[in-house]
Order: sequence, then C-alpha cells, then structure tokens
Amino acid sequence: MGLYESSRERRWAAVAMLFALAALPWLLQLLDQGFYISFASRLLIFALAATSLNLVIGFGGMVSFGHAAFFGAGAYCVAILAESGVVSAALAWPLAVGVSALLALLIGALSLRTRGVYFIMITLAFAQMVYYLVVSLKAWGGDDGLALARRSLLPGLDLSNDTSFFFVVLAILALVLIALDRLAHSRFGRVIQSIRENETRMEALGYPVFSYKLVCFVIGGGLAGLAGALLVNQTGLASPNLLHWLQSGTLMVMVVLGGVGSVYGGVVGALFLLLGEELLVEITPHWQIGLGLLLLAVVLWAPLGIAGLFGWGRRRE
Amino acid sequence: MTQLLIEQALNGLQFGLMLFLLAAGLTLVFGIMDMINLAHGSLYMAGAYFAAAATQASGSFLVGIAVAMLATALLGALVELVLLRRLYARSHLAQVLATFALILIFNEAVRVIWGAQPVLLNAPDEFSGPVNIGGFFYPSYRLLIIVVGALVAALLYVLVTRTRVGMWVRAGASNREMTEALGINVRLLFTAVFAFGAALCALAGALLGPLLAVEVGMGESILILAFVVIVIGGIGSMRGALVGSLLVGLVDTLGRAALPALLRSVLSADVASNLGPALASILIYVLMAAVLFWRPEGLFPARG
Repeated sequence: MGLYESSRERRWAAVAMLFALAALPWLLQLLDQGFYISFASRLLIFALAATSLNLVIGFGGMVSFGHAAFFGAGAYCVAILAESGVVSAALAWPLAVGVSALLALLIGALSLRTRGVYFIMITLAFAQMVYYLVVSLKAWGGDDGLALARRSLLPGLDLSNDTSFFFVVLAILALVLIALDRLAHSRFGRVIQSIRENETRMEALGYPVFSYKLVCFVIGGGLAGLAGALLVNQTGLASPNLLHWLQSGTLMVMVVLGGVGSVYGGVVGALFLLLGEELLVEITPHWQIGLGLLLLAVVLWAPLGIAGLFGWGRRRE
Repeated sequence: MTQLLIEQALNGLQFGLMLFLLAAGLTLVFGIMDMINLAHGSLYMAGAYFAAAATQASGSFLVGIAVAMLATALLGALVELVLLRRLYARSHLAQVLATFALILIFNEAVRVIWGAQPVLLNAPDEFSGPVNIGGFFYPSYRLLIIVVGALVAALLYVLVTRTRVGMWVRAGASNREMTEALGINVRLLFTAVFAFGAALCALAGALLGPLLAVEVGMGESILILAFVVIVIGGIGSMRGALVGSLLVGLVDTLGRAALPALLRSVLSADVASNLGPALASILIYVLMAAVLFWRPEGLFPARG
C-alpha cells in the first residue's frame, strides 16, 4: 500500500501535458502574451523545487522544514560562480547541484539522528543558520542578494531568449520526473517507501535505514539546488528570500496542495499555488486570506491534495 | 568592559524572560497534544496590536496590557475550538500546513484592520528614563520587563509544579492517554492551557511592543526563536522552557555584543568585522544543533 501507483493512463496524461506545455510558447505568441513565457518558466522551476521536496517528504517520509536552504544554495552557487567568471551552464549548474547535495549530506547526516518533531525543528534551524550566514556576509550581497548579470551560457542555445530558456527548463523538469518515476519503482524506491511505512520493521529486516534515508535526503537537496540554479537564471537575482523559512513553508504548501507522495504532486501543487496567487491578486490585494482559507480547506477536507482528489496519489495519509 | 557585559547580560535576561512567556505556552501545546503550532507567533502579534489599540483608546498602558491579554486569550480559545482541535490526530505535516495557513490569514487580517505600517506603542512615561543600578544607568523600562518576566515565570512555576491543575497539565504532557483514563478532561484542560498560553503571548507582545516594532510579521521571527528554546529545553517541559529561554536570550545577546570584539583580537579587523555578525547571528542555531546532537530529546525531556 501507499506506493507510487503509475497507471498507463497517468503516463499518457503526463505525455499529453508535456506536449501542451511544449506548444505554450507558440500559443502565447499567437495571443500576443509573450510576457507570460517567463512566468511559465518560473512555474516549472517551482514545480521542480516542490517535486524535490516531495521526494523527501512524500517518498522518504522525512518532514523537512529546511528545504529552502538547498534551493537557495543552488541559486547563490550560480551567482557566485558567475561573479568569479564561471558562466558556463555545463559547469555552473552541475556544481550548484553538487554544492546543494553536499550541504544536504551535511545537514541530513546530523538531522537524521533525530525524528518526528525534532527532525522538523532541526532542519528548520539549519536552514535558518544558512539564511543568517548569507544575509550577514557582505561579500555575497547581504540583505540585497547577489545579482546575476546575464544568464548562464549553453553551447548552441541562447538562454537569454525566454522561449529557449523555457524549453530548457521544461526538458530538465521532464527528465527529472521520468527519472523519479523510474526511481519510485526501483529497488531503492521500494525500500525507501517501506521505511516510510514502517521504519522499525525495515531496520529489523537488516536494511541500513539511516543510509537509505540520507541518500533520499541528498537527492532531494541536489534537485532543489538544480531548481535554484534555474531560478537565479530566470529572475537574475539570488535573493536571501530564497533561503528564508517562509520559502521552505511555501514549498511544503505546494507539496501538500498537490499531493504528498504522488510523483506529479509537486508539479500540480506548484502550478496550482502560483496560478492561484496570480488570479487572486487580480481580485483583491488581500489575497493571502483567500490563500490561507484555501489551504485550510485542503488540509481539512482533501488531505491527499489535488492529486488525491483525482485518485493519482497515495491512497492514504 | 565589565559594565558593558553586565548591561548586555541584563538585556539578554530581559529577552530570555520574554521568550519564556512565548515558549511556556508553546511547549505545553507541543507536549500535551503533540501539536506543532506555527500560529503561536501570530497570537503574539495579535497581542501587541490589541495592546497598542487599547492603550491608545484608554490612555493607560496597564489597561492596554489587560485588554490585550483578555482579547488574545479569547482569540486563542476560539482558534483552538474551531480549528486546532481537528488537527490533533493528524500528521505533523498537516499541522504545519494548517497553522502556516493561519499565519497568512492573521497577517493579512492585521493588514486589513491596522494597515501595513507599524503602529506606535509607547512605554508609559514613568518608565521612559534610565535608572541608576549599582553605579551605572540602565533603561527603567527594560528593568520593568525583567521584573514582570521574573514574577510571571515564578508564578507559572508554582502553578505548574505546586497546584492540582498544574499536576494535570504535567500529567497530560507526559502521557495523555493515561491522564484521560484517570478521568481528567484533557480536551477542556487543553483549551484552557491554550487560552492561557495566548494570554502570555499577548503579555510578551505588549511588553516588547515599545522596544521592537509592532508590525506585521513580528510574530514569525520570534516564533522560530521560541521553537529553538523548546527544542533545546525538551518539548513539554516547563523547566526546560525556562532554562532554554534564558540560555538563548543570553547567548544571543552576549554573542552579538562580544563575538566581534573577541574575533578582532584573533583575526584581522577586516575579516572579524565580516565574520563577527555572521557568527553571532547563527550562534543559537549552533547551540540548538549541538544540544540535539548530544541530547536528541532536549535538556529536560518531559516524556518518561
């Protein structure tokens, strides 16, 4: 029970979604709404970030409240590298992933000694540590953040073109989702999900529970770093807000909104939240009340999130 | 130098005692119901705003504090009855999400009612000047906070460790099912504890209002510190909350005051001025990580 269920229909739905997204730039051009292409990239990047957190929370059962640290680390890594002259995407992006993964290894190795509420709190504390460290270091821009003068360079592609950038982001997200879908059905995926369901039993069966959880945590951190590297390219600024605990909270909201432990839950949640924000802002400046009420409704009446409403996700909380 | 240290230590004590007012309620909520309540900071914010409004309307700071404590207790009880009750049996994730939603709602509600600008809450005139204590001057208002904080802490301690209600609360925190089996109405008790915790939040908010800004978002930064406190002290433990609060208050304040100077004596001035504030601001998180590393249940674990 509770494994990632991947039916044939759902895969088709995902492929159809992919094609629809690939057609988006032309559609927007047709409607003369080219401005929204950058917003669409932003949506996909947050979808990637939320997916990475969903791997940790929904898949590994580790309620991490410090995911923003890895998200922000990826962004800062690209911006810092660019300052010192490393502007190649082929170099900077993998490095950002590596740095975030390393940070996740460090934080995870310490945090996973605790469990339950203590785990939530210690991941939060580590993320705050990273936040305050970055904010107080003037060399990295302090409160103002670090600007990225121009987008990373990728041979054969002009990333400063919003449409090309969108396709790169879309391709990366699609690859990550495919990989995660495979991962969910691999031996590693089965083991980590069994650990989520019953840690003591898996321990008794002789599985190195700690290492499995740590690896899952590190993969999640690395993917968040990738999302951060993309985001700094989209916005042109590595801002301390990316590291703030409210960012961790927002990512968590996306995961729960979309569906904890469903492969596409992070994507659904990110799209729903960001689009919802955009729509609510149009209606009232006090849209946050609406958002809050919506979240409460999801928690109380749709604990499996939007994916759960359509029967895509795990069958129980 | 010694005078500066004493002054900073007093500031740390004052900050720690105010943290305790928040942490006391939070640790009981955590301990008894195993519930993560991120909205605790919102009650602190609500208390500060209520105090500012009531002080302005009545002209008396004392009336302002009383009204704020009462109103916030009612607000807390309402939130507990309407929403939080439904969440006790749910996962931590659901609790984090629901109370995160509450933060959004409270922040925006304050913006709707009072606007986005900080509101003014002044200390009473009698406490505007400094006072001479043992050879140097210290702001009398801060001294007042220390005295009030210490009194409330003592009162709480007696309440929790020496009275029958306190016994129920402690029993509920260490084993809820068993306490229920013994015939204590833990639900009702908990609503009362929650309202009481909210009143303490309001007291802290009202007292700190004149020192810090009364503004939207003031609850979040202090909430994280309160969490650090109760995790260090041990979730559900009153003694842990007190020790943790004082520890965090002192380490944070003294670290900010002394660390840059200490580093300057070891490193070059340039590096020290860069590194000092950075290290000082993460000091309490390092402390928390260290405590959790060596004592994963906190300093005074409540569950036996």
